[in-house]
Amino acid sequence: MLERKDLTSIEVLSKEEIEHILDTAESMKEILYRDIKKVPTLRGKTVVNLFFEPSTRTRTSFEMAAKRLSADVINFSATGSSLTKGETLRDTVKNIEALVADAFVVRHSAEGSVDYIASITDVSVINAGDGKHEHPTQALLDVFTIREKKGRVAGLNVAIVGDITHSRVARSNIFALKKLGANPVVVGPPTMIPPYIEALEVSVANSIDEVIEDVDVVMMLRIQMERQSSPLFPSIREYSRFFGLNRKRLERAKEDVIVMHPGPVNWGVELSPDVMEFERNVILEQVTNGIAVRMAVLYLLIGK
Amino acid sequence: MKLKKQLMDEKEIERTLTRIAHEIVEKNKGVENLCIIGIKRRGDVLAERLARKLEEIEGKPIPVGALDITLYRDDLSTLSVAPIVRKSFIPCDINGKKVIVVDDVIYTGRTVRAALDAVMDYGRPQSVQLAVLVDRGHRELPIHPDYVGKVIPTSKDENVVVLLKEVDGVDAVGISE
Repeated sequence: MLERKDLTSIEVLSKEEIEHILDTAESMKEILYRDIKKVPTLRGKTVVNLFFEPSTRTRTSFEMAAKRLSADVINFSATGSSLTKGETLRDTVKNIEALVADAFVVRHSAEGSVDYIASITDVSVINAGDGKHEHPTQALLDVFTIREKKGRVAGLNVAIVGDITHSRVARSNIFALKKLGANPVVVGPPTMIPPYIEALEVSVANSIDEVIEDVDVVMMLRIQMERQSSPLFPSIREYSRFFGLNRKRLERAKEDVIVMHPGPVNWGVELSPDVMEFERNVILEQVTNGIAVRMAVLYLLIGK
Repeated sequence: MKLKKQLMDEKEIERTLTRIAHEIVEKNKGVENLCIIGIKRRGDVLAERLARKLEEIEGKPIPVGALDITLYRDDLSTLSVAPIVRKSFIPCDINGKKVIVVDDVIYTGRTVRAALDAVMDYGRPQSVQLAVLVDRGHRELPIHPDYVGKVIPTSKDENVVVLLKEVDGVDAVGISE
C-alpha cells in the first residue's frame, strides 16, 4: 500500500512501497495494448503539469499517463508565465492550487523545491525532476524495465555510467536499486563522481572496461553537452574512449546484458551508433514502461 | 476464514457448476464463439472450472480469461487507500464473441456493472451473459444473472463467503462471522 500524499523522492520509500508501485504498473501496462486504451479511474480529477524547467518527454509521458486514466491535464510552463513578472514560487503554486487540482507534477531546477511545494499544498505532488536531487519516476521505470527483462532486481550488478554528480536520474536509481537488493556501481571520470559517493554506499569504477564483464545491466547517462562550457573532461573523443559503450565492448559482456538510457541519447558520445541495433538495447521499452509506471503513481496517489 | 453457517460443500459446488455448464451449452446451442471471463479474485477460478467442464461436455477448448475491475469501481473516492490493481488477461479478440462473465457472488450488481464497462473496452461482443455461483439479493442496479448456482436470501449485514481450493485451500460457501 502507498499511504502518501506525495512522491518527491525514492530515498524515503520502503522496498515494499517500491514493489507495490511496480506491481501496479504491471497491471497498468496491459491497458496500453487494448482496443480502447483508457480506463475511467481518474474521471473528474485534474493533473497539473508544473514545469519550471523545459521538458518534453517526461511531461508528455505524464500527460499520456493521466489521460489513459481519464484525468484532465493542464500544462503550465514557466516560459510566458507570471514567474517572469516576479511572482514567487509560493504564489504561483497557491494560485494554481486555487484553480482546484488533484495532483501537481513538478519539475524545477532547484534541489528541494518539489519538497517545498509539497509542504505548502494539500494537493498531491509528484517530483518530475528537481535539480541534481531526484527523478523518482525515472528510477521506477528503470527498475520496472530491469525486473521485466531479468525477472528480478535483487542480486543484479548494474553499472551507471556518466556524469553521476549532476544526475538526478543516477541518484534516484542508486536508491531504488539498493533498496531492491541490486549492486549498483557508478562509472565516470573523477570530475563526474560526487565527493559524497561513499555515503551512498556504492562502488566506483574508473572505466567501462573495468566492469563490463561483470554487469547484468548497463545504464548509460546522457552527457550534458550544454554543461561543456566549463568542461568536465578533455574531449568527447576521450570521454567515449573510456566511458562510451559500443558493440566491441558489449561483446565482452554477459550474453544477457541489457543496455538502458533515460534519453535523449547523444549518439557518438555515450553510446556508439552501432548500439542502436543491439538486440538487448531496451531504450524504447523504457519509454513505454514510463507511461505504465506514471499511471501507477497517479493512481496510487490520487485514485481514492 | 470462519464460517458461521455452511451452505454448500465441495460436492454441491461441483454439481452446481456442472449444471451451469450444461445450461450454458443448452442456451448457446453448443460452445461455438464463446469466451469465458471471470472477475478476480474468485470468479476467474470459477471461470477456469466452468471452461474445463464445457470442454468435457463439448470436446472443444474454450478461451478463458480473468478481469480485474478495480479501475472501474464507482466507490474509489470513498476509500482511504487506492486498492490493489491486479492483472487482467483477455484470451481472445472479443469482437463478435459471446462473452460469459463469471463471478462468485452477485450482491448489489455494482461489480458486474464495472465488469461490463471493462469488457466493452476490449471490443464489441455479440452478447454478454452472466453466471454466478451465489445470488444473495439486494440489487442496487438493474442487473440480472443468466445462470445462478444458488439463491441465498441474506440480510445486508451478513457476509456471504465463497472459498475455493485454488485460493483458499478448501471449497465451501457459507455465511461468515
